[in-house]
Amino acid sequence: MSNVSNYNLDFEKPLKELEKRIEEIRLFAEEKQIDMSEEIRRMEEKARSLKLEIFKNLTPWQKVQIARHPKRPTFLEYIELIFHGFIELHGDRLYRDDPALVGGLAYLEDIPVTIIGQQKGRDTKENIFRNFGMPHPEGYRKAIRLMKQAEKFGRPVITFVDVAGAFPGKEAEERGQGEAVAKAIMEMAGLKTPIIVVITGEGGSGGALAVGVGDRVLMLENAYYSVITPEGCASILWKDASKAEQAAEVLRLTAEDLVELQVVDEIIPEPLGGAHTAYEEMAANIKGSLLKNLYPLINDDLNTVLSRRYQKFRQLGRYLEE
Amino acid sequence: MKEINYDKDVFGLSDQQDEGGDKWVFKDLFRSKQKYVTIRQREVPDSSLHEPSKKEVPDGLWVKCDQCNQMIYHKDLVKNIKVCPKCQFHFRIGAWERINYLVDPGSFQELFATVTSDDPLKFPAYQEKLAKSKKATELEEGVVTGVGNIGGVSLALGVMDFGFIGGSMGSAIGEKLVRLFEYAAEHGLSVVTFSASGGARMYEGILSLMQMATTCQALNCLAEQALLYISVLTDPTTGGVFASFASQGDIVVAEPGALIGFAGARVIKQTTRQTLPAGFQKSEFLLEHGMIDLIINRKELRNTLARLLRYHQRRKRVINQ
Ligand SMILES: [Zn+2]
Repeated sequence: MSNVSNYNLDFEKPLKELEKRIEEIRLFAEEKQIDMSEEIRRMEEKARSLKLEIFKNLTPWQKVQIARHPKRPTFLEYIELIFHGFIELHGDRLYRDDPALVGGLAYLEDIPVTIIGQQKGRDTKENIFRNFGMPHPEGYRKAIRLMKQAEKFGRPVITFVDVAGAFPGKEAEERGQGEAVAKAIMEMAGLKTPIIVVITGEGGSGGALAVGVGDRVLMLENAYYSVITPEGCASILWKDASKAEQAAEVLRLTAEDLVELQVVDEIIPEPLGGAHTAYEEMAANIKGSLLKNLYPLINDDLNTVLSRRYQKFRQLGRYLEE
Repeated sequence: MKEINYDKDVFGLSDQQDEGGDKWVFKDLFRSKQKYVTIRQREVPDSSLHEPSKKEVPDGLWVKCDQCNQMIYHKDLVKNIKVCPKCQFHFRIGAWERINYLVDPGSFQELFATVTSDDPLKFPAYQEKLAKSKKATELEEGVVTGVGNIGGVSLALGVMDFGFIGGSMGSAIGEKLVRLFEYAAEHGLSVVTFSASGGARMYEGILSLMQMATTCQALNCLAEQALLYISVLTDPTTGGVFASFASQGDIVVAEPGALIGFAGARVIKQTTRQTLPAGFQKSEFLLEHGMIDLIINRKELRNTLARLLRYHQRRKRVINQ
């Protein structure tokens, strides 16, 4: 996780090698003053089709790897590119300010909104400060406080979910992590203002759901959302964490799977190659989707919004009834 | 709106089969498709029918206490509702065993027993797990839901059974609990749940995670009507069950020595290399940290619940006048 500069996606290797080779030929041609433009054009064409082939046929496990990419845009970067006038608000008023969860006021175009999201670090130092984006109970309690504030002033809430999972730590347990997660879920379920959830990277179990209850749940193309990490699932199922790839298959954790299971309403397309390859394009896609989904919500009657939210989650179960 | 008699019209059961049992008819207000459901009364099985597992009874007669290591005569342990007479250690107890000692005799009526687990993701080994658990526990699902009386006060009751795939919460458990909460909201009943669970049921993937949301939001229906919800945490209550309905009681009670928490101690040690204090995530630890209201010995629980329920019954009467 900390080795940012050397992070390579295995399945990308042939593409990366080809791109490197094109670059070498370009340099060579420049140096020797030879015209190799035809050769380069052909290779670029090949690279393009290879990229398309790789990224249009990603396996669930490959998507998990993209979702965890250390260069994947973080919440603060999205804030810069999607919203304006951001004012960060700090603290849960109970214990401390949790840097793993960022929240505050911002405008989406001309709509004042409350935005909340987990914040991963962009380097090792920041990751330690932000606990790798895994909130403590005070993070969830800050989220609750800001949501209640949004409700009071009639602002819609937009949450960005990107968390590996709830944090396994002594202090988190002492301060009632389970209670904080449950409370956040309950408050979101009943919050009297529209909520849009965007799963941008990792949707790690309870830590994700704690800011994941909303009227519309949107998900980036290569994000994942799961009750357990593929590694955790593999070690339970097959007593072997290295079988994460197979576990990713059976867990049905991709955006496509989740739309099918009605957990997610809409998939936000990523730039070819993943969100980390084109921040602006990614942000523009998210912004477009947010606006499209938010306008109808703020014009709807609030009671309708609330009963629809109840129904939306009420029917998320598959069981038998004799 | 046409009233559907599920027994007769859907399952082809004759009216005679329902004779002798009270019928519970309710309109489910919270569902988009409104329908009437008729629920058959089911006899409370005798707890003696449930064979104790081999682990509990090494030679069929004697049980070794996990805490004080003393040998206890099995009959004495059952008589003492599975609390060690020597050291008060609380053994785990099955759902029906618990219901039997808890509710006023003859007052319990099971609801929503027809809801059972599907295998929505066609998950490896899930069907076998379900079959094994059904056989071992003689239960159809990891929670028993219904209505009954405690100390003369009627209430809605949900009791989990750790023996059923570790009490893990999947769609069926979520559905049964949500129906219970909605039923209580509609009938003005207090709710008591007993949790015993390792967390979400991985075998149902994301759908099991979503049960945290459905159960939590259904509790809001109770809150809107100022109906009491008491959550009793028993050994163990961890993961997604603790991080949803179980931690959200108006009053949260725990049995002594129960393991209660979100993340597991082993994972915490592996991830953070922290040393964990003795008694970490035990009931007493949670009480000390302000996370629960009360720790009550199983033998006192019935009495305490009755008192708590009566407090809130009085208040309701005042509102009604
Ligand atoms: Zn003992």
